Amino acid sequence: MGWIGETVDSIKSIKIRQLLTQAVTLGMIVTSALIIWKAMMCVTGTESPVVVVLSGSMEPGFQRGDILLLRMTKDPIRTGEIVVFKIDGRDIPIVHRVIEVHERKTTGKVDVLTKGDNNDVDDIDLYADGQMWLHRHHIMGRAVGFLPYVGWVTIIMTEKPIIKYILIGAMGLLVITSKD
Amino acid sequence: MHSFGYRGNALLTFAVTILAFMCAIASFSDNFSNQTPSAQIQILNINWFQKQPHGNDEVSLTLNITADLQSLFTWNTKQVFAFVAAEYKTSKNSLNQVSLWDAIIPEKEHAKFWIQISNKYRFIDQGYNLRGKDFNLTLHWHVMPKTGKMFADKIVMSGYRLPDAYR
Repeated sequence: MGWIGETVDSIKSIKIRQLLTQAVTLGMIVTSALIIWKAMMCVTGTESPVVVVLSGSMEPGFQRGDILLLRMTKDPIRTGEIVVFKIDGRDIPIVHRVIEVHERKTTGKVDVLTKGDNNDVDDIDLYADGQMWLHRHHIMGRAVGFLPYVGWVTIIMTEKPIIKYILIGAMGLLVITSKD
Repeated sequence: MHSFGYRGNALLTFAVTILAFMCAIASFSDNFSNQTPSAQIQILNINWFQKQPHGNDEVSLTLNITADLQSLFTWNTKQVFAFVAAEYKTSKNSLNQVSLWDAIIPEKEHAKFWIQISNKYRFIDQGYNLRGKDFNLTLHWHVMPKTGKMFADKIVMSGYRLPDAYR
């Protein structure tokens, strides 16, 4: 009970200057996070340098909740590479392995077929109607590194948004009531 | 300065930093492993070789694959993904790579193997260029770590040739 009383007291005693300082500090933290994110996008060459594994189609290598570090270079796409791609008209990126490559002599364009390690069949059913191959513009990046379990935070926040609101509410309360 | 919140925060930050550092070191230690994999592939039999109704060549092979990938395993290895692909050129395509077989090797003990199977995935061309075609068979491996950087390499074996006529 005393803690609630303290909190209410400290909210009542907020001075404008202190509030503004805290708001600026918060803004600085948020913008530095954004700067780091954008810098990572430049360094890795892809618009999503980090991706969370959402399905079990690459088990036992990648489990749901793992994080993949991606990189995209101009190197040609070859079999065996683990690529992240998006199907036209769908938002969710898919992480699977390339099992077939056909590269045109004249244009350098490639036809690519993918398959999840844990799936029995290749991804032809996942592609858009009538699409038989993936092309370079569908592919967002290649997986080069891997961190286990770290992605569960993102999955929980996406699937149970209430937790996201609770966390942000608690952080906001902490910022307002801290005596720094 | 000594409240529960501050102490909890300091502890958590320290724990996460140490954990990240350990993951980086584990991954870095993979650079020092001495890797000497070896493999041999033999085509035992061409089971059949036909032109499909939609115009593309398809061939079914029985392969004999012998490999020793034990030296690829380090203490930071979760599994090794190995696959065999056929590589060849055609008049339209400067490179075709078709995966014929793959396997997940979860432990070092299983990494030395001898297997005789027919191709797991269908070997279909874009067109009908496979008669008399010379091609390479490559054994690729992809080392998936417990944490950190993944790396991959391959052995290329050349000198294979498909028959000149359908059968």
